[in-house]
Order: sequence, then C-alpha cells, then structure tokens
Amino acid sequence: MELKEKLVSSFMAFENMVDVDSPVHDIRTEAIKHFENEGFPTKRQEAWKYTSLNSILKHDYSVFPKHEDALDFKDVKKYFIHDIDAYKIVFIDGKYSSHLSQTTHDGIDVCLMSAALTKPKYRLVIENYFNKIASKDSLSSLNTAFSAEGAYIHIPKNKLVEKPIQILHFSTGNEAALMLQPRNLVVVGENSHLQIIERHQSLTENPVLTNSVTEIFTNKRAIVDYYKIQNDRETASLIDNTFISQKQESIAKVHTFSFGGKITRNNLNFYQNGERIDSTMKGITIIGNKQHVDHNTLVHHIEPNCESHQDYKGIFGDSATGVFNGKVLVEKEAQKTDAFQANNNILLSDKASINTKPQLEIFADDVKCSHGCTIGQLDESAMFYLRSRGIPEKEARGLLMFAFSNNVLDSVKIPEIKNRITKIIANKLGVNIGFDL
Amino acid sequence: MLKINNLHASVDDKAILKGINLEVKPGEVHAIMGPNGSGKSTLASVIAGKEEYEVEEGEILLEGEDLDELGAEERAHKGIFLSFQYPVEIPGVSVTNFMKTAINETRKAKGLEDMPANEMLKMIREKSELLEIDRKFLSRSLNEGFSGGEKKRNEIFQMAMLEPKLAILDETDSGLDIDALRIVANGVNKLKSKDNAVIVITHYQRLLDYIVPDFVHVLHNGKIVKSGPAALAHELEAKGYDWIKEEVGA
Repeated sequence: MELKEKLVSSFMAFENMVDVDSPVHDIRTEAIKHFENEGFPTKRQEAWKYTSLNSILKHDYSVFPKHEDALDFKDVKKYFIHDIDAYKIVFIDGKYSSHLSQTTHDGIDVCLMSAALTKPKYRLVIENYFNKIASKDSLSSLNTAFSAEGAYIHIPKNKLVEKPIQILHFSTGNEAALMLQPRNLVVVGENSHLQIIERHQSLTENPVLTNSVTEIFTNKRAIVDYYKIQNDRETASLIDNTFISQKQESIAKVHTFSFGGKITRNNLNFYQNGERIDSTMKGITIIGNKQHVDHNTLVHHIEPNCESHQDYKGIFGDSATGVFNGKVLVEKEAQKTDAFQANNNILLSDKASINTKPQLEIFADDVKCSHGCTIGQLDESAMFYLRSRGIPEKEARGLLMFAFSNNVLDSVKIPEIKNRITKIIANKLGVNIGFDL
Repeated sequence: MLKINNLHASVDDKAILKGINLEVKPGEVHAIMGPNGSGKSTLASVIAGKEEYEVEEGEILLEGEDLDELGAEERAHKGIFLSFQYPVEIPGVSVTNFMKTAINETRKAKGLEDMPANEMLKMIREKSELLEIDRKFLSRSLNEGFSGGEKKRNEIFQMAMLEPKLAILDETDSGLDIDALRIVANGVNKLKSKDNAVIVITHYQRLLDYIVPDFVHVLHNGKIVKSGPAALAHELEAKGYDWIKEEVGA
C-alpha cells in the first residue's frame, strides 16, 4: 500500500486510540482531509522543485510503533549536550521516556503534548495557540492530523529560564521502518527567556522518516534561542516544519546545524506581529555522499521597524545536494524594515550542487533589504598561503572550511553547543583543529 | 644552503623563468632586483612551491636536497619561508590561532610534540614586541582589514615565529611608509644569523639601505643578467633598468 493510503486509512484507528472527544478532533479531521486531497508534495510544485521525496516515501513505515522500548542513558548520553544542566523531553520511537526525561511544572510547564491535548487545565492554551500558525500545506496537515505527542512548553511572563530544554527523539530500529510525527508547542510569555535544543537520532540503519511540526509564540520582549542539531544517520530523513509568531520587541533566533541525514528539509517560517521585532536564522550545512539538505525560509514582515537576519553557510562534497530558498515578504505597512539575507556555499566536488534562490517581495517603499549568495570553491591562493606556513593540505582545507562557517557560531550563546558543533564539524571534515573557536 | 641550477618555469605554458642560476650560502643576504614582469615574484613562488608554476627544466636544491617533489608545506617544514607580496586575507582565523597551527604542524612534521601553551605565548609576546605589534592585533582575523603596512609587519612576525633557514621577502617594502619600513627591516636584521639566509626581492633600492645585501642580482626577462655587490643597487636606483636592458641586448 502506498504510504499516503496507509496514513489516510489508519486515521480513524488513530483517533480511536487517542481521544475522539479531544478539543482538537475537528482540527485533526480537517487536516487529514487536506492531506488526502493534496498528497505528498512533488517536484512539480515550485517549493519542492529541487527536493524529491520519492526515495524516502517508498518504505513500508510503521506509523504507530508497537514496541515500548527503554534505553540506558549511558548508551545515548553522547547525543545529549550532557555537560550542562538542562530540562529534557525524550522520546523513544515516538513514545515519551520518563526515565530519560526531566520535565517540570514548577512555575513553568515543560512537559508533553499528549498531556496538553487531553488535560482540561491546558485547554485554554491549546485553544489559543494550537495549530494557529502551522501552515495548511500537505505535510504540516499530515502532522496535524496525527498530532498526539511531542514537547509542550509554556513559560509564563517574566521568567528567565536558565536551564535550556533539550528535546530528543530516538528511534531504536525495532521497527523495520519508522515514521514519526512529533508535534511541539512553545509559548513564551512577556519578558521571558528560553533556550531549546532539538535533535533527532536513529540508533540503527533502519529507515526513519520524521515529519515534525513546531509552533512557537514569543510574546512581548520575549527572547527565544532555538538550536537544531541535525546529525542523524544517512538512513534517516527529516522534514522539519517550524512556525514562529512574534509579538513586539521579541527576539527569536534559530540555528540549524545540518550534517547528517539522507534528506533534510527545513521549512522555517517567521511571522512578525508587532514592531521592533528581531528574527534571526542561521545555518551551517556540511554534507557529503548523496545527502540532501533543503532550507526553505520565510520571514513575513507585517509591521514597521522590524529586522530579520539570515546567514546560511553550506559545504557540499561528493554528490551531495543543497537547496536554499529564502523568501522575505515585506508588507506595505512594514516601513523601515531591515532585512538581510546571505547564503554562501562551497562545492568541494564536481558532482556536488546547490540551488540557491533568494526571493524578495517588497511592498513597502522605505526599507533596507539586502541579499547575497555565493557559490565557490576553496580559494587556491589562501590554500597556498596556509601551506607555505607549514600547514598540510588537508589541515589547510579544514581550517579554511572552519573559517568559512565560523561566524555562524558567533551568535550561539551556549558554549557547550559551540564546542559540540565545532567537534562535529572537525569530525565531519576529518581534521584535527589545534584550537578552540 | 640554496642552489638553483638552470631553472626554467612556466605558468599556463608561458615561459617565465628561462635559466636561473643562483647560490645562497648561510649568513648571506641576496637582493634580486629587476623591472616589472622580469620574473621576480615567480622565482619566489617557485622556490616556495606554488603549484600553478611548472618547473620545466633545472633544479632547486636546499642543503643538497631537490625540492621538486615537495609540496609547499614540506618546503616550509624544511625551513623555507616566503613573505608574500600580497598576503591573503583569511576571515575567521585569528593571527594567534593561525600561528599556533603553523608552528605545531611544523613540529608534528619533525616528530615533535605540540609546543606547550605557555612557551607559545611567551614566544608570541617576544616576537610581537620585536615587530612592534599590538597584542590586540593578534586576535584579529588574519590579514582581514589590515593596512598594507600591518600586513607586511604581520608577515615578518610570522617569519620570526617560524624561524626559517631561508626567508624570501617578496616586495616586502611595497606599501610601507618609512616608519613601518624601518620596523620591518629592523626585525629582519635581528633575525639574521650566520646560519640562515635572506633573499630580498625588490623593485627599489630603498629597503636595501636598511637590509644591506651581500650580493645584488638583476633579473631581466627570466634570467639573472647581472650580479654585483651592494653598490649595484645604488647604480640601478640612479640609472634605472634601461642600461641593463641595452647591455644584454634586449
């Protein structure tokens, strides 16, 4: 059976299993209809022109894993940023692992979507925020239809949450092929600060397809830093749909580090609903073999005096392929918008490729919008310079690639993340850099 | 120390060096002068091992060893240093980190452990003082946004850190004001010893007032057409290069 039919036909069983009387029953029902009409996206659609899902849709995925699995912390410790004190929301094959998690209800809610969707005390928040900004495209709709589990984070106003929250999804390989659809909701109150680290990790070579939706709301003057570490096995694919709605003077930064996976698609959308908002998205992509990473960003400038910054660096080796499609939409009312977008790429092989497409739609007349994209090879004169100082070719390459992606790490506020990413990059480039960045 | 025999080199099938012969002994300073396009920078790059240049004929020997098969980094490990005419800007790598990497890679090639951090810092402090380099400067990205003078001083700072046997200064005087020129020349002179050697490539005699050569060679059309003592540089400064061109019948 085709994956689409399998998903559509299992919807009723799913609803019976969770809760037909759920406040989101109508939303789910609507969403599955939407997905049924649209189906999975194909390359015929403009937004998917350079990314084909065909190769990952052919597997016979389990959509509701049967097994309950436990993992020992010591076996998966390396996938955590374990040298910092953090809240943890951990899922194993889509099921919550209380044993690996550390949640809280102490002044803030760091817990589970399954609880938020069923318990009356969360009802108001769900009604106000759930599925309010997720797009109605087919993949987000599919996630909405099956939304049952994920992270639920609600921070009231004036809370400086010092401990970052780590959201980890492990897949054990107990299913021959597994499809996961985590659904996260993050609501950050006025003046509150929050840091989130998200990672998806498969523990075997069995295929995994994750179609994730995260909705984030930042209220007035809230500050959110979101780090996505994408370093999964090359048998796992990820479609990440993230939607961020910002109120005035809030700051939201999303860093996406893409090193692993077979196909990774990041749909990252910012909506600015207030003045003096700052939206930042940064990314480092370093891939090889036949890996594919597609960054599809949108910043919707709706009101005046706001900023957005995009800085994506990509290094593509072997037959790897990349896509950057960055849309900046500036409404007529959004005067004095300051929007900046950069996408710089290095191709290390003749077979590697990148399609980069800035898309600026500006309806206001007093704005500062700039964009630039570059595609190049490593600078040969720089290589000679480094080698003439005794730095061997391989290390010189590594150093230049480090230097190329380095400034993206400047805005990472958690030093342990910076160190971890530096190590992953060094490992990925096969070099030993003799200093910390 | 360095012996160049009948060196012919080309880039993109265009012959640039057409039979260079040169011998540099330990403790000596050689100046190579010549008009634009005579092949001075090419000679420097070929000795340092730049791959775009094809050695068609002849050989370059360092302490008797043929360098032909060696990459630029291996030549550096053996003690060759090129001060670039146009140092490359490398955003994202600080001067300090760059030097640490260069020194430790060179040590690794010699089978030595990394230099201890405190020793490295001490050396950086001493050598930066020698070149009158501000400490803040060392944490800046390599050459990025440096003025012409800062770039050249930074080149000589690197030379001081790497302590080469043979230093080739390619137009190190270009873009320097008189104060910077004095600092750079002073640095080079302090680093000079009876065991190392310097080749100064320059268009003008100015730098040679400070770094006094033992020999001056005039390069023209890919060949050394005239060699002489330091006084030859003064003669060139006064009379230009045309008389040499006439003399060699070019």
